[in-house]
Amino acid sequence: MSGQASPSAAPEKRETFSTRRLFILSAIGSAVGLGNIWRFPYIAYDNGGGAFLIPYLVALLTAGIPLLFLDYAVGHKFRGSAPLAYRRLHRAAEPLGWWQVLVCFVIAAYYAVIIAWSLMYTIFSFTEAWGDDAEGYFFGTFLALSEAPGVGFTYVPAVFFPLLLIWITVIAIMVAGIRKGISRANSILLPLLMVMFLLLVVQSLFLPGAAQGLNAFFTPDWAALADPAVWAAAYGHIFFSLSVGYGIMVTYSSYLKRRTDLTGSGMVVAFSNSGFEILAGIGVFAALGFMAQAAGTGINDVVTQGIGLAFVAFPTIVSQAPLGPVMGVLFFGSLVFAGVTSLISVLEVIVAAVQDKLGWGRIKASVVVSGLVAAVSLGLFPTATGLYLLDTSDAFVNSFGITLGALVTVMVLAWFLRKLPLLSAHLNRTSTIKMRRTWMVLVAGVVPLALIYMVANEFISKITTTYEGYPAWFVGLFGWGMAGGLVVLALILTVIPWSRKSKAHHDPEYQSIVDEEAEEEEEQAR
Amino acid sequence: MTTIAITMMIIAILTVWGGLALSLLNLKRHPEDEGALPEEHAPEL
Repeated sequence: MSGQASPSAAPEKRETFSTRRLFILSAIGSAVGLGNIWRFPYIAYDNGGGAFLIPYLVALLTAGIPLLFLDYAVGHKFRGSAPLAYRRLHRAAEPLGWWQVLVCFVIAAYYAVIIAWSLMYTIFSFTEAWGDDAEGYFFGTFLALSEAPGVGFTYVPAVFFPLLLIWITVIAIMVAGIRKGISRANSILLPLLMVMFLLLVVQSLFLPGAAQGLNAFFTPDWAALADPAVWAAAYGHIFFSLSVGYGIMVTYSSYLKRRTDLTGSGMVVAFSNSGFEILAGIGVFAALGFMAQAAGTGINDVVTQGIGLAFVAFPTIVSQAPLGPVMGVLFFGSLVFAGVTSLISVLEVIVAAVQDKLGWGRIKASVVVSGLVAAVSLGLFPTATGLYLLDTSDAFVNSFGITLGALVTVMVLAWFLRKLPLLSAHLNRTSTIKMRRTWMVLVAGVVPLALIYMVANEFISKITTTYEGYPAWFVGLFGWGMAGGLVVLALILTVIPWSRKSKAHHDPEYQSIVDEEAEEEEEQAR
Repeated sequence: MTTIAITMMIIAILTVWGGLALSLLNLKRHPEDEGALPEEHAPEL
């Protein structure tokens, strides 16, 4: 097959992160996202407070980190985008890669919208534009949310234009490539995020009532440890928080130099992500403590997560706190930076896959792919009904895209293709922390069990009641239909042949690595 | 803050940030092999 490729034009060499440090920064930038700030604090509070630390650490060590290393091993050994890497692992595994690419497509389309809201709220913080009714302002004035879910094309300019700005910025980063785009963006935005967020936490700690907030967050409820739902929440959170199982870490690690300490770097990424979450918990609950005190209520009356925390509770806090506008800019600015560094990693999964499949160059693939995602994002979400669509696609792509996809991937790799010994050998080849039998037991045993429990739970809850009481056709189309459509489309994309220019057919760089590794093995066997 | 909340906060910070410190230390002890770019053949091979 390789004979078909024209020998005159040698294929371009694969891009690389120029240093290990830049890879680690980019991987942290990807893992640290909106979820760390607006999801973790609530999940921890709701599942045992201080006692949650135990299931959280257990989930991190027994599932999150092992799965992270699985992604690293696949991407680094097979040096390709998710579909190409899985194809090189085994032909039958290619659809897994496309499934992950499509999951990333859906996520990127709506994730950018939340960043656009955050950008507007950074500006609103200066004037406290929401007045004394943050909730009414967000849903009514800002989003102009329609009464009922549906598909409408009543565009909301206050969302559309910031979203356009976000997409232009992100496309510029993607076009510039791994070194000049992604590495550079992360090495600027991530330190900036850390500094801003630290300032925010310090400011929150000085608010009256902060101590009550921290009491609520850290006081352990030991009885929670006997509840399986608490353990499931810990595993669920770890999966989403570390961005494992949907192609991101496969793609990023494929840009690593050959002799990189994979597990040593991964440990830094995993613990940085958790370190940031703990910090977010402290900052958020200190602020919520202040909010409860100002309202003269208990913490449990003000505690919330997600959109409610960011766009209703925080604006309320900003209005009441001394130096409120500063706090607002720090908080919403952090959401923007955390969001952008994650969004580019999600997009890179798709861009890399298209580059590999069609043999396109960086610029063409980035412009076409990001342009397409941007068009879908701008076409469907900045509308009066956009929030319903966002909510539904988020819920279903998380349950039946990321979670189910991760489960199928792990089962196929560990049990059907039995590739864990090969991947463990690859991790140990250059890494400082060795992954042997325990790692394989965790990936083949603990991880699938946790994922089966989560998928089953999600399936039962979503089948017994229509999601959020939205109309059945709406959930059927944009929830179930979308999630099922991704699987069908993944199979179709697998069947479409790889371009003759594609590296799947002719990749001397990869071939030389395979040959070298085979030689090395022979030598060791002697 | 209550004693138990302070204790749990300290334990959380020590385990998670301690883990980060240890993993950074491990990485520092094993500096990057600068010569091994993927496009280059490692000299010893």
